[in-house]
Amino acid sequence: MKHESYLMLALAVFGFVIALIYWATGLPRQYIGTTGGGTVMLAAFGLLGLVPGSYYLWWSRRMTRRAEDDPDATPASAAGSVVGVFPSSSIWPFTFGAAALLVALSLVFGFWTATLGFTLAISALIGVIVESRRGGSH
Amino acid sequence: MTLIAERPALAGHPEEEHGPTGILKWITSTDHKVIGKSYMITSLAFFCLAGIFAVLMRTQLASPDNTIVSQHTYNELFTMHGSLMLYLFAGPFAFGGLANFFVPLQIGAPDMAFPRLNALSYWLYLFGGTTMVLGFFTVGGAADFGWVAYAPLSDAVNSPGAGPDMWIVALILTGFSAIFTGVNIITTVFYLRAPGLTMFRMPIFTWNMMVTGLLILIAFPVLTAAVVMLWCDRHLGTHIYSVSGGGVPVLWQNLFWFFGHPEVYILALPYFGMVTEVLPVFSRKPVFGYRGMVFATISIAALSTSVWAHHMFTTGVVLLPFFSLMSYLIAVPTGLKFFNWIGTMWRGSLKFDTPMLFAVGFLIVFLFGGVTGIFLASPPIDFATHDTYFVVAHFHEVLFGSAVFGGFAGFYYWYPKMFGRMLRESLGKASFWFMFVGFWVTFMPQYLLGLHGMPRRIAEYSASTGWTTLNRISTVGAYLLFVAVAIMLVNVYVSWRRPIQASANPWDGHTLEWATSSPPPHHNFYRLPPIRSERPVWDYNHPEHTVHKYEEERRARRQGEPVPAGAVAGATERGAGEER
Repeated sequence: MKHESYLMLALAVFGFVIALIYWATGLPRQYIGTTGGGTVMLAAFGLLGLVPGSYYLWWSRRMTRRAEDDPDATPASAAGSVVGVFPSSSIWPFTFGAAALLVALSLVFGFWTATLGFTLAISALIGVIVESRRGGSH
Repeated sequence: MTLIAERPALAGHPEEEHGPTGILKWITSTDHKVIGKSYMITSLAFFCLAGIFAVLMRTQLASPDNTIVSQHTYNELFTMHGSLMLYLFAGPFAFGGLANFFVPLQIGAPDMAFPRLNALSYWLYLFGGTTMVLGFFTVGGAADFGWVAYAPLSDAVNSPGAGPDMWIVALILTGFSAIFTGVNIITTVFYLRAPGLTMFRMPIFTWNMMVTGLLILIAFPVLTAAVVMLWCDRHLGTHIYSVSGGGVPVLWQNLFWFFGHPEVYILALPYFGMVTEVLPVFSRKPVFGYRGMVFATISIAALSTSVWAHHMFTTGVVLLPFFSLMSYLIAVPTGLKFFNWIGTMWRGSLKFDTPMLFAVGFLIVFLFGGVTGIFLASPPIDFATHDTYFVVAHFHEVLFGSAVFGGFAGFYYWYPKMFGRMLRESLGKASFWFMFVGFWVTFMPQYLLGLHGMPRRIAEYSASTGWTTLNRISTVGAYLLFVAVAIMLVNVYVSWRRPIQASANPWDGHTLEWATSSPPPHHNFYRLPPIRSERPVWDYNHPEHTVHKYEEERRARRQGEPVPAGAVAGATERGAGEER
């Protein structure tokens, strides 16, 4: 988990440093809609690395080393650990995608498609939760 | 959406798979392989459509004052050509298609981390993409403001109608699709690697896809926010991008290019990864400078976030020295990658099968695109060539070079794994040569046209400009490219009608996807070889030529010692593979 967190934190450092440099270079000439917006976006890029990166770092110091981080691990050393259940078919992603399309199309054709879309979206959400509780089909 | 339950990650047997079949299977499947193939077929369909638009445009430009299509149609064509190629082909083909299929295989995982989210990504992509294309059937026609949709050209006065709104909706939907795929890839890489597969043993393709996922998370939310604000300007009477209400049009350019430049690397990095998979296999050598490659990928991704305004040099309101310097800097890690690619091929025993030809074609084409990119990073040169065909030729070399040459290298390389059958070598090579020659014939004249001052996005020019001959040559090249893609489709058709069975490992590959059958079974693996380097399958098949051994020999040769013979690292002995 360490390498993952270092990667994220390195990106965070880069984001913050470059945001600072950009902001400082722009000080003499504040172009409206340019320098301020860019600094905010670059700082947000720094945050995107900082939040997960620090969480991984915090977590990596509290966990035993995973088999995938151990260069000498064999397939047997992961025996017994549970990777997870992977459903092989579900109708709900399709339904939810169609619902999202209908909701988005209301931006073009007016509110009525969103009514249909939200109805479909709610039923898809109920469907996928029920399916997950049952363990899914796999 | 993945449940934690008492179920070991054992691969199921094929007969265990008794889900739906036919069209219901396509609609309900959450298997990363099925979704990956769906993504790939859909994106290739969009690629062919956008290619037809390109041929139409080149036909229009073949003669001065041509009237094959009207001005308005021409605007729609170049807008949709750019939008389809960038939003719906180059990205989704890589991170939706090949990455979806091969990242789990390369790290020995049974599926993506969030299978249902993965399916949702595909449906959002398909629905969004279709919405964009359906814009052609609205009253005002499809969006016609260029794929960059600059304000104020994209406001409700200059581009009225439903077509542009459908374009906006399409970007929102496909944007979310890309974000979900990015999250999925990163989580898969972080949490589902096989035992012993440390981060620095991951294949470069997987590394690049993970970094691409990070870039997607940095870039796409900005685009989605920007187009939502554009929609508000068009319909709710806000004035975010319009001067009349106190807004700032150039803000759109900043937001768009803060997405747009990382997007260029979202489109390029996956293909860098594919080429880095192909070159070592067909040179029969490990990747040269593995860690350097990883470092270069990460630094390209990081730098790409701070070069966006080099697309806006001529607006006069950007920090020229900052963006020029950062754009130059990005050439350093890219150059490092080139050095390593050549180092990988250096003194290898090269086999020029179709994937290798496309990979080498990528190196040559992308090099030219990269070098002209360095020209354009210099503001004085950019001022002279901005919005001319010089820029058009430059970015086609970069994007066609990576997405088509790199993408087809990956496609020909992995097709046997995906479909369990081989593509014909003769047709593949014919396709490559048509494409390679056609490419230069199309785009070299465009550099010259740009230097002669021909602007982009014009539907007509008069004969007195003297641009006719070069434009004709370019059009002939476009037809050659069309033939090349047609040959590839014929190749796929032939392999579908008269299959030649592919073995599990037809190219003598290096990475884990070649350890399973072609096509892989449900949940991918029955057994995994031990993972002791970044090319476990090679180590397993060639215990006498493992990476450790190779490095030992190299060290001995450098120090003038006798080369050790026959020493084999114990862990990689043949037969050490264990049931997983």
